[in-house]
Amino acid sequence: MKPPVFSYHDPRTPAEVVDLLATLDNVKLLAGGQSLMPMLNMRFVLPDHLIDLNCVEGLSYIREIDGALEIGAMTRQRDIEFSDLVRRRCPLMREAITQVGHRQIRNRGTLGGSLCHLDPAAELVAVAAALDAKVTVLGKSGMREIDFAAFPVAYMTSALQPDELLTSVTFPCWAAGHGYAFIEFSRRHGDFAIVSAAALLEEDKSGEVTRASLTLGGMGPAPIRAHDVERALLGRAMTEKSVREICESLRKIDAIDDIHAPANYRQQLAAVLSRRALLKAHERIAAGAQK
Amino acid sequence: MSETRTITVIVNGKRHNATVPVRITLADFLRHDLRLTGTHLGCEHGVCGACTVLFDGCSARACLMLAVQADGHEIMTVEGIPPDGKTLHPLQEAFRDNHGLQCGFCTPGILTTLIELLRENPDPSEEDIRIGISGDLCRCTGYHNIVVAALDAAKRMCQADDGRPATDDRRHNDR
Repeated sequence: MKPPVFSYHDPRTPAEVVDLLATLDNVKLLAGGQSLMPMLNMRFVLPDHLIDLNCVEGLSYIREIDGALEIGAMTRQRDIEFSDLVRRRCPLMREAITQVGHRQIRNRGTLGGSLCHLDPAAELVAVAAALDAKVTVLGKSGMREIDFAAFPVAYMTSALQPDELLTSVTFPCWAAGHGYAFIEFSRRHGDFAIVSAAALLEEDKSGEVTRASLTLGGMGPAPIRAHDVERALLGRAMTEKSVREICESLRKIDAIDDIHAPANYRQQLAAVLSRRALLKAHERIAAGAQK
Repeated sequence: MSETRTITVIVNGKRHNATVPVRITLADFLRHDLRLTGTHLGCEHGVCGACTVLFDGCSARACLMLAVQADGHEIMTVEGIPPDGKTLHPLQEAFRDNHGLQCGFCTPGILTTLIELLRENPDPSEEDIRIGISGDLCRCTGYHNIVVAALDAAKRMCQADDGRPATDDRRHNDR
């Protein structure tokens, strides 16, 4: 239960990181270390080189640009949790992040680390899918943006090329007063979710849904956007009955079968958690309108 | 031979210079090099919480950090909690008086976690405490007396707030 032998690098700038990535073989990037360090301790990964990102400057910030939140890849989950800007502009992320691990984990864990690790049930991965985030990456050939929908390419594998570093993530904000809810089911507080549901809603004055986003985590290798459900919600007022009916279709989507839960259990959770998340988001719009 | 680095760390207020293999975890460095064996290692993969220390005032798993990453940083272990060599911190007194530990293996991690929690939230509810220590596993107590002790400690620390010499938890307040 000790890390294997590796060469240690602690570059100071993103460009230095990219140079190292382009010249070294069998590299792992060390962000917050809350997943990589256990994997090193258990010898699940045996890198020849470890590039520590904790001394790289300019990768930790939260700012609002053109109606979106741009968050640096090395921003600690703790800083997102306690950010007023996140609470005001992106309450879904705030609700999700309090369900990430424990205080000790969030103190070290980073946004970029969680997205690149790409655990299928990770809260921040589901949030990025729910908000149609864009990730910005730096490589030898310069910067490029990737839609988060195209970021996961396989189980715990991202679209990053070997010489690329994730530098920031942009989360488009929804209109002020929108409804949101992040609900997950896990066996113990702080565990990865077996299934999670992230809901976002906008309604007009008459109560008709004008915009909807529903994301399920934990069902497959990457979060699933329930586009059929989103479409079915549009243009009508939500009632408990209508949401219940619409969410029934989620019992049919594919789900993984593993030691934590069989597929049909996940499908049951998908329908139930989605219903609860959508209704909670809807109630929050109503509660906000009364103020 | 594995690669080494020379680091400077402040542990419990004392500066240490050391040359360490880069693959050594912070927990092993504290225990084996500095002989601060109060930091316990249970699972070594970030689940049990026994190795929790305060890293620049924030709780962190010492098994999930490398010693080289502590270069230039400040660490507080359970040994740094008492204000001096003779007196216990009110948090420790509360644990002693309320039977907040049995075998004591998890206690260092729980105490360091609670130092941070009570600094950020001096008047916690029972639920706040239970969520706060949810990253620390105890196999003896069933947590009941740990929660009782933590609530009692919050009271004692509020009462002691006037006139007490600054302890480590306050020193980290200004970060």
